[in-house]
Amino acid sequence: MFETVAFYLFAVLVTVSFFIAVTTSQALYALTALASGMILISGFFFILDAEFLGAIQIIVYSGAVLALYAFGMMFFDTTREVKEKKGNRIIIASLSVLSVILVVLIFAAPVVSDNIVANYPVVEGIGNTEQVGIVLFTKYLVPFEVAAVMLLVAMIAGIVLAGKKMDVSLTLKDDSEINNEEKVLS
Amino acid sequence: MEIGLSHYLILSTILFGIGLYGVMSRKNLLMLFFATEILLNSVNIGFAAISHYLGDLTGQMFAFFVIAIAASEVAVGLGLLVVWFKRHNRIDLDEMMSMRG
Repeated sequence: MFETVAFYLFAVLVTVSFFIAVTTSQALYALTALASGMILISGFFFILDAEFLGAIQIIVYSGAVLALYAFGMMFFDTTREVKEKKGNRIIIASLSVLSVILVVLIFAAPVVSDNIVANYPVVEGIGNTEQVGIVLFTKYLVPFEVAAVMLLVAMIAGIVLAGKKMDVSLTLKDDSEINNEEKVLS
Repeated sequence: MEIGLSHYLILSTILFGIGLYGVMSRKNLLMLFFATEILLNSVNIGFAAISHYLGDLTGQMFAFFVIAIAASEVAVGLGLLVVWFKRHNRIDLDEMMSMRG
């Protein structure tokens, strides 16, 4: 009973906030709706006994990713109205619905047939975090390390791209002026 | 009524549809990034649900890696977006015509 109520409550709230995030013309409203949707999605993970994933969702998405967007929006003119594409909205909506139905038919059909055996079955009596740790650091150790290296590369790329020449405004100058300054500096 | 796997998969599909609509209808690149976050999150719900109902931890592992990919995508993409905005003062998709696409 509790699970049913929680599922429908979270489902409605997440759907509404994500719908606002894709349809509003104000960048700040979209960011706020996206943040609330991200936090509400972690509720599903707690219902599904994936507590560690829920905590990671709150920390990484609501904490890191959306804070990064919020800081990034300081660079952009967020008060300006976001222009939309002028294409036919009905065509876009029906195309997305059709393609989603197609994807579900392709990928959900094998799940319905009961041919699937659990590779790393959930053990009774051990907490979710402990199980995740055991599987992540034994079976998925190499992908974990690769993901760590990728995050390091992304961090360096972000610092190099956004952190360079923070004190000057590149919009008020021509490309030639910037190139000349780079030559002088190097 | 008991909540089953199909409930979660349908919810995941609806959210994926919303994200797909956002990707196709948005012109501002920042809003396009928001829509891709919605796509990744909807897939994560599907992974967690399948992981729970099959009693298999692989789904949760994939969700972790998806979150890691999304985080690095945001870092690099937002850096590129900031550089582009500093140079051109706007981030509309239609005006990125330097490759004459």
